[in-house]
Order: sequence, then C-alpha cells, then structure tokens
Amino acid sequence: MNPIKKFLFELQETSFLIFYAFVRLFRKPRYIAESIRQMDEIGVGSLPIILLTGFFTGAVLTLQSFDTLASYGGQNETGRLVAYTLVRELGPVLTALMVAGRIGSAISAELGAMVVSQQIDAMRALGTDPYRKLVAPRVIALILMLPLLTVAADLFGIIGGGVVANGLFGLDYNVFITSARNGIATEDIIGGVIKPLFFGLIVGSVSCYKGLSTKGGTVGVGRSTTSAVVVSSIVVIIADFFLARALQHLLD
Amino acid sequence: MLNLFKRKSKDTESSPREVHIAKDFLDPFFEASRALPAIEFRNVYLAFDDKVVLDNVSFKVRQGETKIILGRSGSGKSTLIRLVLGLLKPDQGEILIDGEDITYLTEAEMMDVREKIGMVFQEGALFDSLPVYDNVAYRLHENKLPEDMVEDQVRQMLAFVDLEDAIDKMPAELSGGMRRRVGIARALVGDPRIVLFDEPTAGLDPPTARTICELAIKLRDIRDASSIFVTHEMKNLEYLCSEYAIVDDEGNVVLEDEGERMCIINTEVIMLHEGKIIFSGKDEQLRASEDKYIQRFLSGKIEVE
Repeated sequence: MNPIKKFLFELQETSFLIFYAFVRLFRKPRYIAESIRQMDEIGVGSLPIILLTGFFTGAVLTLQSFDTLASYGGQNETGRLVAYTLVRELGPVLTALMVAGRIGSAISAELGAMVVSQQIDAMRALGTDPYRKLVAPRVIALILMLPLLTVAADLFGIIGGGVVANGLFGLDYNVFITSARNGIATEDIIGGVIKPLFFGLIVGSVSCYKGLSTKGGTVGVGRSTTSAVVVSSIVVIIADFFLARALQHLLD
Repeated sequence: MLNLFKRKSKDTESSPREVHIAKDFLDPFFEASRALPAIEFRNVYLAFDDKVVLDNVSFKVRQGETKIILGRSGSGKSTLIRLVLGLLKPDQGEILIDGEDITYLTEAEMMDVREKIGMVFQEGALFDSLPVYDNVAYRLHENKLPEDMVEDQVRQMLAFVDLEDAIDKMPAELSGGMRRRVGIARALVGDPRIVLFDEPTAGLDPPTARTICELAIKLRDIRDASSIFVTHEMKNLEYLCSEYAIVDDEGNVVLEDEGERMCIINTEVIMLHEGKIIFSGKDEQLRASEDKYIQRFLSGKIEVE
C-alpha cells in the first residue's frame, strides 16, 4: 500500500471507530462502571504529572520573560503574559501531550496485547462488543477528563509563575495576580476548555484504533504503542492550530 | 451429576444411554430439529490479499456430531473456526448455523448467534485483568444474571473441568493446561449447543491433552453438543474416534472403548491442505486412504514435494 492510500485508510478506520463508539452510547448496554474506572485512571491518575508540568511551565515562562518585560518597564505585566499563554495555548496542548504519553501509550498497549492474545476475539465470541466495552469508556473518559486536567494545569502554572516572580525577582503577589486577572477574559477560558474536548477525542480514538489494529505479536504491540503516542501528539499539535483559528473566529 | 470420572472395561452391563436415545427419537420435535445441520459451509472461499486461505470449502456438522479438522499449521484450520463465529467474513459462499444464514449478518445480529456457540481458544485467551471466577462468569455477568445463579453455574462448570480450587486465582498464576481448562469452562457456561475447539491441546503434556479430549468426548456424548475440533495431533483423533462416554448405573460418567457394544458414528474427520478439503469421512477411512499426502501426514513424514 502506498503512503497516501495507507493514510486515507487509517483516517477512514479511525473515523469509523469514533462513529461506532458514539453510536453505541445511545443504546444499551452501557458500561458506566467501566467508564468511571477509566476516568479515575485517566483523570486522577494523571493529576500529579499534569500539576508538575503546569507548575514548572508557568515557572519557566516567568523566568525567561521577566527580564525582557523589565527592559520595557513592563515587569508588572508578567502575570498577564503567563496567564494568557497558559490558558489559551500551553495549558491545553501540554496537558494533551502529557496525557497522550501516559494514557495513549497505556491504552494502545493494553488493547494491542488483548488483540495478540486473542482476548478481543474471545470477547466478541462471548457476545460483547469491544467498541462498547473497551473503546467507548476510554474515549468518553478522555473527553471528560482532559478539560479538567487542563484547568488544573493552568491553575498550577499561574501559581508556579507567581512563585518564581516573587521568589527570584521580588515581584509582589498582588501585582502578579491582578495582572493575571486582567490578562484573561471569559472567552479565553472557554476557548481553553473547548480545545481539550477535541484533544481528548483525538488521543482516545487514535490510541484505541492503533491498539485494536495491532498485528504481529509482541513486536506489533510495541510498534502500535509508539505510533499511538507519535500520531496522537502530532495530530493534537496540528489540530491546535486549526482550533485556535476557529475559536478566534467564533469567540473574539 | 457429572462427577467422578472412572474408566471401565468393555464388558460392563447395558448402558442407560441407549434408553435415552430411544426416548429422544419418540419426540416429534426432536427429529425436526435434528434435520438441520448445526453448522454448514457452502462453497466458502476466503483470501487474505493474494493468499488463498480457504478454497471452495463445503461441509456439514450434524446436530450432536463432532467434526475433527486435521491439517498442518497454516492450512486454514483456525480461520475456518473464526468464520463460524463471524469474527471473519468469507469472500464468497455461505455459512449456516442451525439453518440460519450468518454470512451477511451485522456484528450486532451476530451477537445473538454467538450466544449458541462456545469457543475454546488456542492459548485459552483468558482476560488477564479478571480472576478465574469472573472469566468463567463473563457471559453471565454480561447478561446481568443474579449473582447467586452465576456462582452456581461457575462452580458447576469449574467442577466439570476439575478446577474448583483455582476459582480465585488470576490467569497469570495458572499453568498452560489450567488456562486451557478455564477457557473450556468459560466456553461451556450457558450450555451452548455448538462448541468450537481451536487446537485445545497444542503445547500441553500428554496427560493434560488427554483430559481435554475426555472433556470433548463427554461434551459430545453426555451433553449432545455439536462441535468442531481443530487439531494436528493424531493422538486426539484416536481418543475422539475410539472412545465414548456414558453414564453408568451409579450416575457416574465413564469412558468406554469403541467395540462390539457400541460404535462411534457421530465423529468424522476432515483434512485440509492448502485451503482445500482433501479428505472427509470416518477415521477408519482416513487410515485406509491411499492418498500419499494423507499417508505422510499420518506417519509424520510430511515433507511433500
């Protein structure tokens, strides 16, 4: 198969997977307990790394931009820069990338291992639809958890920025927080929460597709895990541009 | 009732099974349902890319019959079994289960057909994340049966495969033979009328392999299930074609050798070679066959030109 054909084929199959998973949400049986378990794993489980990522991203933003801002006499606006950058861009994208690395790999490895050990076949043979039982709960959990994680990352990023601004550069906390509040409008926050909904869908569907289409034994599991992370990260970054453009159009 | 398992010699007195058969045939509905084959393949053709896997394959599995499918690895045996379950669809031809054409059923419609079928996978294919109990109970849990009924059935099934002690273990803690037996228990829950075995004895030690064949014999003769038994081991063929299970006077299940008193008529052999059926018939006919490939397969010398 040539690369273009292969790409179109994978796009088609991933779209079908999303379609199947969603159509099945409207009919019984639904696996609510399984969805909640996945939310715990994806949401609560990812919280520590997301908080660390957010905190240090905010911290390094302040560290790198404070001197530049100060040379224009704009050091009091550090909070605005940090909050604006995090809420609109870095929060959603970095959270999605971290989750793609942690959860995307886990999903495709788990599903891939189930394919090679015939567990998916066994599940179908026992009358359970894998899209319903495995794909839908994971995709739903990702879509619901990613915005929440993003908000947590944003918050910790602003805290991180404030701590560095105060600790290293002696900027007052009040000044930092006031400028941060002035920097972001409601639209920014809405936009920053809409994006991760799509990122959750991307990470979930790509990882599930890669996992379920695993071929070739344990080597294949490794291969599909790698490509799940790579493909979902790249698609997240590409989609981010188009989403940002669309949201600019809709909200501003 | 299907407990203790003893071997008896040929010269025991009359078996209660013959009475059963006579009674069954008096029932008018019995014969009507008997007329339809449990599984039927009609000119099935399947290819992956340009590799032909099954080429014009036709056969029937009658109700209560066991079909042994012989063939070398890669001859399309496992694929054939996946077709029965609808995990794959044929490129051409039809597949019928109990007279119903399943070839064009959707995945959702297939789920009802799969209720009738139990499948034993090559390596067991147990769900790693669930303990033995939940594995065996899987189908019942999915059907939302009350837990006390589930537990009854699971314990009964695990007793059937003689693994009651392993009920709380995780699949990773079990040996290969135990996993296979749990796989059998899981397939048999809900009393399916059709059971498919995909190389259930591959890689097992001879006594364990024998135990699994005994389970297949009991299934055929006591539970009257139709089955396809895919294998490449001649020992399995020998067991399945020469022994039968009956319930003796004390209610125990015993195995007897085929002989003067009873002859096994409900087990046939099909041999696949490069996607084609090259033999179909009784084991005696297989052994008597003059086909060079079959002779070499039986003797183990299969380096055919």
